[in-house]
Amino acid sequence: MANGSSVIHTERERVRALPPNVTFLDLIRRNKRKSVMLMIGMGLLAVALGAGLAVALTAWGGGGSEALLPSLLLGGAVAAVVAVVASYWSLHGGSSAVLRMSGATPIEKKDDPQLFNVVEELAIAAGIPMPRVFLIHDEAINAFATGRDPEHAAVAITTGLRARLTRDELAGVMAHELSHIRNYDIRFAMLMATMVGLIVFACDAFWRMLFYSRLSGGSRRGGGGKGNAAMLIVVVVAVILAIIAPMLAMLIRLAVSRQREYLADAGAVELTRYPQGLIGALEKLGASKTPLKGANRATAHMFIVNPLRNAMRGKGHEASSAFRTHPPLHDRIDRLRALME
Amino acid sequence: MIPTIVVLAVIGVLFLWAIGIYNKLTRKRITANGAWSDIDVQLKRRYNLIPNLVETVKGYAKHEQETLENVIKARQTAIDASGVQGQATAENMLTGALRQLFALSESYPDLKANQNFMQLQEELTSTENKIGFSRQHYNKTTAQYNEAIAVFPNNVLAGMFNFNVMDFFELDDEAQREAPKVSF
Repeated sequence: MANGSSVIHTERERVRALPPNVTFLDLIRRNKRKSVMLMIGMGLLAVALGAGLAVALTAWGGGGSEALLPSLLLGGAVAAVVAVVASYWSLHGGSSAVLRMSGATPIEKKDDPQLFNVVEELAIAAGIPMPRVFLIHDEAINAFATGRDPEHAAVAITTGLRARLTRDELAGVMAHELSHIRNYDIRFAMLMATMVGLIVFACDAFWRMLFYSRLSGGSRRGGGGKGNAAMLIVVVVAVILAIIAPMLAMLIRLAVSRQREYLADAGAVELTRYPQGLIGALEKLGASKTPLKGANRATAHMFIVNPLRNAMRGKGHEASSAFRTHPPLHDRIDRLRALME
Repeated sequence: MIPTIVVLAVIGVLFLWAIGIYNKLTRKRITANGAWSDIDVQLKRRYNLIPNLVETVKGYAKHEQETLENVIKARQTAIDASGVQGQATAENMLTGALRQLFALSESYPDLKANQNFMQLQEELTSTENKIGFSRQHYNKTTAQYNEAIAVFPNNVLAGMFNFNVMDFFELDDEAQREAPKVSF
């Protein structure tokens, strides 16, 4: 540190404080661990919520204290099953919708041999089948990848970005996208979105049930004195959960999204062995102000940089980094530079 | 009665576990071997592109016989080469010869602007990259396989079933690692 202090204040200093011999393999390992823990956290949240809501509803509906444990387990189990089923059901058909929404057109090798070659080269380096290649006719500069697994994958890039990048920078961007594909990030993002949706839905349903049962004067047959106190505590806990769970779920999902962006950057270096390519591309991406027409909140997380960042900039969203789908560009560039030493 | 069941259960679990490890090692070995063959695919691609390139250049730069000859000779040497090191050396020389040929285009603006030539240049650049990437991928899958057979408890099974360490693709000779110079 310039002033010799050993306390690390800003996020910038924290990133620069990475040990000099960190390799992309270290970054990859660290990232995978973090995102797995976050996803377990999301799962636990869903199960806890299911259990809590079930208990609260049982208590409210007049069940005695002997009904606590069974309803807890049943609620948790149902939540787990529903989450798993809904998640896998959501994996199909997601990617074609996204491609259509962003107005992407498929291209063949003869349309743009260099782009095709770059993607093919990186697919060889990654050991995955060649994804379909799409072009988005838009002056905005951005790129994304989609597909639930490497066999059903596609990459898309805007004409604006395509025109501005050198071959090395194009390779960096495509390597980042292919890393998303081979890390199954798209699949995880779909699963996370489903989980958040389910949690929000469950909490919503809970409130409605409470509301309506209160209106219709639902009787509470209640058990003995001791049972009542325990059930009250449980109901309070469940209510708190129902309030914070949707928010917590969203925060977890955004944290995972940011982790996977760092991971894709490290993965891109693993493929190209040339961090300067991606750094150059990110710098060009950061300099642009043009908004992307085909992007909205639902698809924003998949692009290489947040396409809505300019729209959000003036509205105070920058302040809270917990709400970003992507890490700040300068952070990503710093981490990549650290790999060059 | 019960101890027997327990023992059988334990043996059963160990057996299934051993099958799992054996299959994992087998898959990793096959992946690495496949990656080795993929390198050859890219090398062959380069051999097939070169005659077209030579013809295109001849049309514009007839007097550069020596450079063209070097490319043709280097290509043949590479095709005939055998053994990992021998092949690597020959491939390296071919890269050098091609580089000289492309450097030529600087002095012949007509050639440089020729569509066919530009396409071939892109194709050959891409093929060079593909050769490099397929070697990189081979090394990665080999490293994964070597690691899998070295860790405990996989190494016990690896020894029993003849899973041996695979070699990395390396350029032994220091000279090979430098920018290639063409010499016959």
